[in-house]
Amino acid sequence: MSHADEHEGTRRDFIYYATAGAGAVVTGAAVWPLVNQMNPSADVQALSSIRVDVSAVSPGTQLTVLWQGKPVFFRYRTEEEIALAVEQEADLDSMPDQVARNENFDNVETPATDANRTLQAPEGSDYAEGAWLVQIGICTHLGCVPLGNGAGDFGGWYCPCHGSHYDVAGRIRKGPAPENLLVPVAEFIDATTIKLG
Amino acid sequence: MSGIPHDHYEPNSRGAKWLESRLPVISLIYSTLMIPTPKNLNWMWIWGIVLAFCLVLQIATGVVLVMHYTPQVDLAFASIEHIMRNVNGGAMIRYFHMNGASLFFLAVYAHIFRGLYYGSYKAPREVTWIIGMLIYLLMMGTAFMGYVLPWGQMSLHGTAVITGLFGAIPFIGDSIQTWLLGASSVGQPALNRFFSLHYLLPFVIAGLVIVHIWAFHHTGNNNPTGVEVRRGSKAEAEKDTLPFWPYFVIKDLFALAVILAIFVAVVGFMPNYLGHPDNYIEGNPLATPAYIVPEWYFLPFYAILRAFTADVWVVMFVDWISFGIIDAKFFGVLAMFGAIAVMALAPWLDTSSVRSGRYRPMFKWWFALLVIDFIVLMWGGAMPAEGIYPIISLIGATYWFAYFLVILPLLGVIEKPDTPPATIEDDFNAHYGASAETPAE
Repeated sequence: MSHADEHEGTRRDFIYYATAGAGAVVTGAAVWPLVNQMNPSADVQALSSIRVDVSAVSPGTQLTVLWQGKPVFFRYRTEEEIALAVEQEADLDSMPDQVARNENFDNVETPATDANRTLQAPEGSDYAEGAWLVQIGICTHLGCVPLGNGAGDFGGWYCPCHGSHYDVAGRIRKGPAPENLLVPVAEFIDATTIKLG
Repeated sequence: MSGIPHDHYEPNSRGAKWLESRLPVISLIYSTLMIPTPKNLNWMWIWGIVLAFCLVLQIATGVVLVMHYTPQVDLAFASIEHIMRNVNGGAMIRYFHMNGASLFFLAVYAHIFRGLYYGSYKAPREVTWIIGMLIYLLMMGTAFMGYVLPWGQMSLHGTAVITGLFGAIPFIGDSIQTWLLGASSVGQPALNRFFSLHYLLPFVIAGLVIVHIWAFHHTGNNNPTGVEVRRGSKAEAEKDTLPFWPYFVIKDLFALAVILAIFVAVVGFMPNYLGHPDNYIEGNPLATPAYIVPEWYFLPFYAILRAFTADVWVVMFVDWISFGIIDAKFFGVLAMFGAIAVMALAPWLDTSSVRSGRYRPMFKWWFALLVIDFIVLMWGGAMPAEGIYPIISLIGATYWFAYFLVILPLLGVIEKPDTPPATIEDDFNAHYGASAETPAE
């Protein structure tokens, strides 16, 4: 390949680079569809919003609904649970995750107070403030489904896979999980129906 | 192909000559089978043939199982039950496939630890070692994806946990996890693609196995002394070696027969002993089984994954120095993959001038401790992540890394090794007497 030592910019050099460049682009263009086909398909993406009737849920129980393949916890909390959640707020400074993880807020730095995680009750309803806590039921550690109904050391949820404890407001308190349970975009559209997504 | 001087194939018949001049396939088979093999190989050199058998067993039973299996979330579990109850001999074929994976990993761990003790990874066999590690990684991927296919509770939630490992990668983790699963959670897209890859990867493994064999046929086998075969002349080489066929083939087949007797007993009498009852419950995304435990062969690395929790000082330090990018979750993932990476780097971490552990008085003890450590980690991975168990796992994980990153490099400097025998022939004669093989010399 002695021509490489010769003076710069021969026609042959240009053809080499142009061919190699075109080859790289074509290879990339051919590979990308093969990679991208693994991303969520249109029908999977289409199931983005559902309505959930919560009229049959009584205080102190939890309704679990499958949404986008993930369990969503609708917890109707009792007065005592709400009081305990507010009381637990005193430990906020020492919690592993101090932000709300609530997708209803644009600001990602919103502090993880109980009020910032619970769902706002519809106007004119007899739900107490903070009665409804809606969360994605997937442990933020490695994706198991935590056990509810006051499980764990903090009266909220407990993930059996690797021992993460969540409190009454779904905040991570102990164990390997790094974040609070995620609060999805949700709102009351009438007195007894919650719209997810 | 081999660097050791040996006889070459000479075609005799007209037909063989005709074929040899066009495609030298008979001479390829001849040199592969007749490769000069150190005559002092001990019983730890039989695992290669066990592994080859396992690969064939898994492919053969797997291809047959696919004829009855349906990769669809509503039908997969039922199709497995269909295999178990309706298909002629289906239960046994599936049990062979399930337990075949366990035999495969048992053999691969024996094979890997053999290499670690006798220094088989050291120059000039580094490439053989690296290819072996790639095969091991592919085996783990294949076994994991195969475990998903029955779509039981362990399949479903185990997938959530394992793909969650990739979700721990900072910034791009969620996108990678979604890309792997084809949805935001484990479902039809994941099952379908895992099925596709579970069928594909064994053939990739088969290809790599050929390269693995090619590599060590070029360098020659290691042996318990770690002393190289003499290559000055064919006569000299023949004092150190015997041809693979028939001597080692018969020996290996005898060992395989003994192992298969035990294996078939396990398959016949206790086929579900190594499995989890939860996987006979159809997958339900709304309820996680009380204990998610992977198959036994993943447990040591699972223990390492769970060992590094947020209250371990090294995790806190890395979290602080990386400005929170590497949190406890990502640290655990890095540690798990790192545990395999340091093993792959053993050829460059071991500084000793002596190859075989047989002649390394200090190394022997550290190696024995590594084997115990591996078993302790396996036990720690099976225990719940509470109480004393995470601490035991943490100690075990620490020793695993210390062995490869500190002990192996340092031993080469501070240890005074014994003198290995000058030749393989000397070692052989010391065991069996000089008269056995070479009378009147």
